[in-house]
Amino acid sequence: MNAIPGRIAPAPLLSVEGLTKWYGHVLGCRDVAFDLRPGEVLGIVGESGSGKTTLLNCISGKLTPTSGEVRFDTRRFGLTDIYGLSEPDRRRMQREEWGFVHQNPRDGLRMRVSGGANVAEPLMNLGARHYGEMRQSTIDWLDRVELDTRRIDDKPRNFSGGMQQRIQVARNLIHGPRLVFMDEPTGGLDVSVQARLLDLLRELVRDLGLAVIIVTHDMAVARLMADRLMVMKGGEVVETGLTDQVLDDPQHPYTQLLVSSVLQI
Amino acid sequence: MTDKPLIIVEDLAKTFVLHNAESATIPVFQDLTLQVAAGECVVLAGESGVGKSTLMRSIFGNYLPTQGAVKVWHDGAYVDITQANPHEVLEVRRRTLGYVSQFLRVIPRVPTLQLVMEPLLENGVPFEEARDRAAELLSALRLPQAHWDLPPATFSGGEQQRVNIARSFIRKYPVLLLDEPTASLDAENRAIVVRLIKEALAEGAAMIGIFHDLDVRDAVASRLFEVSQFKAAA
Repeated sequence: MNAIPGRIAPAPLLSVEGLTKWYGHVLGCRDVAFDLRPGEVLGIVGESGSGKTTLLNCISGKLTPTSGEVRFDTRRFGLTDIYGLSEPDRRRMQREEWGFVHQNPRDGLRMRVSGGANVAEPLMNLGARHYGEMRQSTIDWLDRVELDTRRIDDKPRNFSGGMQQRIQVARNLIHGPRLVFMDEPTGGLDVSVQARLLDLLRELVRDLGLAVIIVTHDMAVARLMADRLMVMKGGEVVETGLTDQVLDDPQHPYTQLLVSSVLQI
Repeated sequence: MTDKPLIIVEDLAKTFVLHNAESATIPVFQDLTLQVAAGECVVLAGESGVGKSTLMRSIFGNYLPTQGAVKVWHDGAYVDITQANPHEVLEVRRRTLGYVSQFLRVIPRVPTLQLVMEPLLENGVPFEEARDRAAELLSALRLPQAHWDLPPATFSGGEQQRVNIARSFIRKYPVLLLDEPTASLDAENRAIVVRLIKEALAEGAAMIGIFHDLDVRDAVASRLFEVSQFKAAA
């Protein structure tokens, strides 16, 4: 660590150590360790089956790791291993302090209730009861993700894929999380929609000072979104570093292969 | 302002290892030492392939040097770019170390004016002020106002380069790296860029530049630096 003198490095928001997941005899991910700071965007890249999603699920409390720790700076308990919390405490912490944007909006939205209700639900879950305020907040967020606020009562299925993804983004940011997980957030979208959504995500991340862990197999998305990268292969992290350095001067044979295999248009 | 050099490159070496080409090694330079003071513009000289861009990218933290240190004066102390954490490098880039590349690489479909404002917004400048300053600079660079609300993807090479220059000169970076910023500009626009560079130097910026255009080079260079003198043995 090369601390800049005269400045105290802020404590990590998230600290992962020795994280390992075995599915029986099959390795999911092995011995992953990193710190994430408030406002930092970490990209996890690698090909299909490299363990990206397993790692994301372990970190985000969806999948209990075989060994290792995921410590998060919770508001109620300070820096604490999330798997050491009781189930209700962990779920409450996830609801209050985290967001999770899925690749497929259907996994992150409730398709039977309106787009507006989807956006407002996290507020309700956190105890908001003032209908007028929730509606106003929902309208503000629909506007912020550039959706037509007059469609607040339409069901998600009546929105396009790109719009559904915007609803999902609003739903995951409305409650003011400090850490947001994104699993291929633009993966299922047209390239034309992808660029605008990425720009929107980047603006929101900057303006809200969010910490983000984003999984993607798309190097262009990684370059645009992430401050730094972790490259995974066969369940292990083979290279880490500043995003443009990893992409422009990759050191590990696998990263060199990965970067040189990207098609140019 | 400080009388210390703003950039100190110490015993820098860079060798590329291409693992997927039978681990071919390409040594570029070694034991390279360079200091740049405030108000100074050091122009990297030497033919293509000698390692000018590699040196510049190593200073920016874009390439990972094999050995040595790159110290940049930031916030009253030196930060070694080769050793710093990613967030420290980003912080140095956000506030101290600017880079004008030959090519514009930005998010597609974002309007030009917004792209130029971005470095200011990232530094907490209010939206209106950022917009006014971006407009002022784009006018100075003679980019037609009709273009401002368009994304630069369809612009000509010279227009894109001016957008790139605007993005880098909108903030007064204390340390600026210029990789052929005038390569595809016509004479009048080159003169404007030369003026911007001289203004920044007069205000105490330290610069390292690559210029193939000899007129521009002679207009801005404090001294030349031959990268080939540190050529690494193959």
